[in-house]
Amino acid sequence: MGWTIALHGGAGDIARSMPAERRIPRETALRHCLDIGVAALKANKHPLDVVELVVRELENIPNFNAGRGSVLTTAGTVEMEACIMDGKTKKCGAVSGLTTVVNPISLARLVMEKTPHIYLAFDGAEAFAREQGVETVDPSHFITQDNIERLNQAKEANRVQIDYTQPIQKEGKVEETHVADGDSQIGTVGRVAVDSHGNLAAATSTGGFVNKMVGRIGDTPIIGSGTYANRLCAVSATGKGEEIIRGTVARDVAALMEFKGLSLKEAAAYVVEESTPKGNVGLVAVSATGEVTMAFNTTGMFRACATEDGYTEFGIWPSPK
Amino acid sequence: MGGWAIAVHGGAGVDPNLPTHRQEEAKKLLTRCLDIGISALRSNLPAIDVVELVVKELETDPLFNSGRGSALTAKGTAEMEASIMDGPKRRCGAVSGVTTVKNPISLARLVMDKSPHSYLAFSGAEEFARQQGVETVENDYFITEENVGMLKLAKEANSILFDYRVPIESCSAGAAATDSPLQMNGLPISIYAPETVGCVAVDSQGQCAAATSTGGLMNKMTGRIGDSPIIGAGTYACDLCGVSCTGEGEAIIRGTLAREVAAVMEYKGLNLQQAVDFVINERLDQGFAGLIAVSKNGEVACRFNTNGMFRGCATEDGFMKVGIWN
Repeated sequence: MGWTIALHGGAGDIARSMPAERRIPRETALRHCLDIGVAALKANKHPLDVVELVVRELENIPNFNAGRGSVLTTAGTVEMEACIMDGKTKKCGAVSGLTTVVNPISLARLVMEKTPHIYLAFDGAEAFAREQGVETVDPSHFITQDNIERLNQAKEANRVQIDYTQPIQKEGKVEETHVADGDSQIGTVGRVAVDSHGNLAAATSTGGFVNKMVGRIGDTPIIGSGTYANRLCAVSATGKGEEIIRGTVARDVAALMEFKGLSLKEAAAYVVEESTPKGNVGLVAVSATGEVTMAFNTTGMFRACATEDGYTEFGIWPSPK
Repeated sequence: MGGWAIAVHGGAGVDPNLPTHRQEEAKKLLTRCLDIGISALRSNLPAIDVVELVVKELETDPLFNSGRGSALTAKGTAEMEASIMDGPKRRCGAVSGVTTVKNPISLARLVMDKSPHSYLAFSGAEEFARQQGVETVENDYFITEENVGMLKLAKEANSILFDYRVPIESCSAGAAATDSPLQMNGLPISIYAPETVGCVAVDSQGQCAAATSTGGLMNKMTGRIGDSPIIGAGTYACDLCGVSCTGEGEAIIRGTLAREVAAVMEYKGLNLQQAVDFVINERLDQGFAGLIAVSKNGEVACRFNTNGMFRGCATEDGFMKVGIWN
């Protein structure tokens, strides 16, 4: 048993026709972030520090929907959220509605460590950021030209987007949108890690989804939905937030291990195959014994993992069986 | 099918010195709310409508910490949150940071029914409320004289609790703190406002639903989100059961308490009472909380590890009980 690390850069209907100029920078970024995480684990950093470090890096890269590069609300603004959880103590911190904080994941960590609360949002979270002296910038820093275009496309396709309320019946229509606007649904970055002592941690960060209503909270900051860690495993989920919330996806992976005795892989497979609707959910997870799994029921999920014994995997679409 | 069942709560963690007349008022309100729920269930209203109806009533009455009568933020304002979940399709809606909406639970219901999202907060939630034309009032409407006094005490107690240089005996809040060594959420229980109201119901079709609403913690930071709006923590419903929790929000979130009841039923095959006992005994670590739950078979359960919980429950076969203490 040794350390293991896994990360995702969002799950969704990632078209196989995605142009190389969009795909390659993301693959490069994932590799870069995986390397950072591996180096940190090799240097015996605590998984909590490792997941924070790597998610910070992903937040700083504009190709992913978190921090800089976050997708825009219907008002054209950025509202970011993030969550972090430590497995051994089940301590956790979450933030929503951030508009100026450079690294939401680090503010979530501060909520966990410096407040009696777990979850701060909107003005209160921003005020806390200032009190703690974390780096803040003008909201325009987070907005990329790409995302302005995505918002415009999403607004044009609005009628279809609202149909998301019934994802199962309207699956066909949903797919149409994705073909139309390529990778605009790809949300969220997440990271899970376990060290050789079995310490686990999970972290997730996102800008939400394109053309979301102002004030919308997704699954990412919700403990048990987008993010969860305990003594058995650490999980970060991504995809359609509303489905992940009602499926309490991250906690369910852990609950299936705990209450049904499933292995990490079996538990993750059960959640994406049996308990959540197709086309909506992806997750990465590691267990205390160093197992790793990256499961999704969407077309694809940007993902990468590495273990101490030298195994690494990168992928976007399902791996050939 | 075991028939309908319903339970309501008005928060866990009760001041042992709560005056008798206040205890009587609380019991009266719980009874009234149960009666409203019972007659709705008898007239075949679906569980989801019943829990909304009952929580609306609890929000409108100033006695408990939700809607009118909400605990106040450090700034002296009311910042409310609520969530609702329908068992059959696990549909859900939640709101946080609501400051003018008369009935936050009904806004949560609208988020579930009329928005593509399941959770809206702060200005976005307020904007949605206006779009939907729900009843809004000035923030003052929610603020009671009593809670203004409690906030003052909480602030005094806070400075004592976090500043050891000030001797505890030197002021009245200090006396209050020594009078009641019991604490919840870091505040002496005489000052701590029981968090949250909630209702769970199963209708005669066996459909479960849960709803929870709160003003949050007395003297909380603006922007603090507790367990009440968190699906899986404060509120959860699925095919098997409906659950609403109350108590120390952070312990409830960490323990994904409401989902936990359902998860041990689903994955371990426990019945409702076993599941509730397991969760309260094993999943709270050092935290204090309570919960109410119903199952699709018409069972009902209330458990807490605090000194008391305002609660009431009833089932179709004529059982009805309202209580505060253990």
